[in-house]
Amino acid sequence: MERTTLHESNILLRIYRFYLTGFRKMTLGRTLWKVIIIKLIIMFAVLKVFFFPDFLHTHFTTDKERADYVLGQITQPARSNDFIRR
Amino acid sequence: MIENFDLTMVNWARAQFALTAMYHWIFVPLTLGLTWIIAFYHTIYVKTGNEEWKYLTKFWMKLFGINFAIGVATGIILEFEFGTNWSNYSWMVGDIFGAPLAIEGIIAFFLEATFFAVMFFGWNRVSKRFHLFSTWMVAVGSNMSAVWILVANAWMQHPVGQAFNPDTARFEMQNFFEVAFSPVAVSKFTHTTSSSMLLASLFIISVSSWFLLKNRHIQMARRSIIVASIFGLLSSAFCGFTGDEAAFEVAKHQPMKLAAIEGLYDGETNAGLVAMGMMNPAKQVGDDLDAFTFEIRLPALLSLLANRELGTFVPGINDLVYGNEQENIMGVTQKIEKGKIAVGQLAAYKNAKNDGAEDAAIAALTLFNEHKEYLGYGFLDTPEKAVPPVSTSFYSFHIMVALGTLFPLVFLAFLFFTWKDTLMEKRWLLGPGVFMFFLGLVAQEAGWVVAEVGRQPWAIQGLLPVTVARSNLTVGTVQTTFFMFLALFTILLIAEIKIMTKQISIGPEGN
Repeated sequence: MERTTLHESNILLRIYRFYLTGFRKMTLGRTLWKVIIIKLIIMFAVLKVFFFPDFLHTHFTTDKERADYVLGQITQPARSNDFIRR
Repeated sequence: MIENFDLTMVNWARAQFALTAMYHWIFVPLTLGLTWIIAFYHTIYVKTGNEEWKYLTKFWMKLFGINFAIGVATGIILEFEFGTNWSNYSWMVGDIFGAPLAIEGIIAFFLEATFFAVMFFGWNRVSKRFHLFSTWMVAVGSNMSAVWILVANAWMQHPVGQAFNPDTARFEMQNFFEVAFSPVAVSKFTHTTSSSMLLASLFIISVSSWFLLKNRHIQMARRSIIVASIFGLLSSAFCGFTGDEAAFEVAKHQPMKLAAIEGLYDGETNAGLVAMGMMNPAKQVGDDLDAFTFEIRLPALLSLLANRELGTFVPGINDLVYGNEQENIMGVTQKIEKGKIAVGQLAAYKNAKNDGAEDAAIAALTLFNEHKEYLGYGFLDTPEKAVPPVSTSFYSFHIMVALGTLFPLVFLAFLFFTWKDTLMEKRWLLGPGVFMFFLGLVAQEAGWVVAEVGRQPWAIQGLLPVTVARSNLTVGTVQTTFFMFLALFTILLIAEIKIMTKQISIGPEGN
């Protein structure tokens, strides 16, 4: 049992070292990771939060309300449009 | 009914979606195709043990990494847009799209991500065979991601395996396999991936041509060209075959799109395929003007393409809009009548349920079910609204096909002169060769314009027009985010071009 744990930890350690060395040796990769991280921050911390709220989740709390609203949109759009203009 | 919608907002939302999708599609096909070619280069290295192939594989892997890093997550913005700009649509298709997109996230993304690090970090650190296996798994994983996105897209073009639930206002999946293996999904996936392989081959031709013009890395460029040309020729053949299959499916399920991409207003027996032409900008649906100011037609080929049989009838836009009794084609006017019954009975069902009138609800539901396949037409106010932008569809399709015909000739020329060992002297070929990748991108984008503009006005073919699919937002909100994306995408594109061109100019020495 002890031997197995030791063996597994060695494998995990090897995987950890594999990634660590790989990341440390990166040259161009560092620039690319910076681009990826900046891009993800802009997307998720700025665009998603401030500019792209989920419309139905923002305006309604239950799926029943959402279903009723969408059903209203496709059957009586004129009345449903009043909702957002209020 | 439809006049109550703010069309300006819909058009801005469509423009934003088009911008995002087209930008996203600059990176995706190169990623999809390049993974396979890199896997082939890597295999040759492992099989031969020749270090030159390792050197070459690492160089193309580096360029692949740049493209992947800049393009990664740009598709997520499309999902943001679904929730914000297209909330009715998102709600209605959530049950259908949930499964394919979840499978994409769980299987394909993790498969890709797991082996990605091994592919890049694994040189001399894992066994050669495991390293090669990882490279192949990155190719498989990347393309698996595409499967599920394209299944979702195909369902919008040919909504099978679903049933509309009038209580939840959602299309619910009835048969996963029917959705996943619909002929439209299969042809869309095979055509997209084969065209991606073609684009990646063109990318290698372009970069290698530049090296040869600069008298740099001649051996590496020649080797790269040989594999890319063979790969490109095979991809071109497969792309042509799958394109034919895709057109056949379009003829069956989206005849209006086929008529639009061919500029065919009046249906014909033994219809000819337009090889080249210029559309008459004054032409309108239902008038007597000629559709073209000039055109060159290949006799009977459109009938063969659409029906796999000569002498058959191909409906034109006028036949589909106004109907054609002789050919047993129902016109849009009739479909609108049926669609309005479906919409009306859906409203009646909803009201009856709210009032607790069970019998009235059952009666309304029965009538709705009889007309539900025309639901989307109930939102159109005139039959002409069922016609997509014809000129855009026509020119996009013909640009794509013309370029698709040119590319195999380019691959053949590169292969021939490399084999004759005279490629270095053929500067007339190497010069244009540098620009082939950009022509490949034009063909890729044109292909998506055909697919997406050609299916207008539908978000879901025949069931939901884009005007009903959208959210109730102000125009200003969508305009703001449109220009934000434009700025963000421009910056990212400049970053990609700068990093990519710098690494190409450094060459494989930078490995």
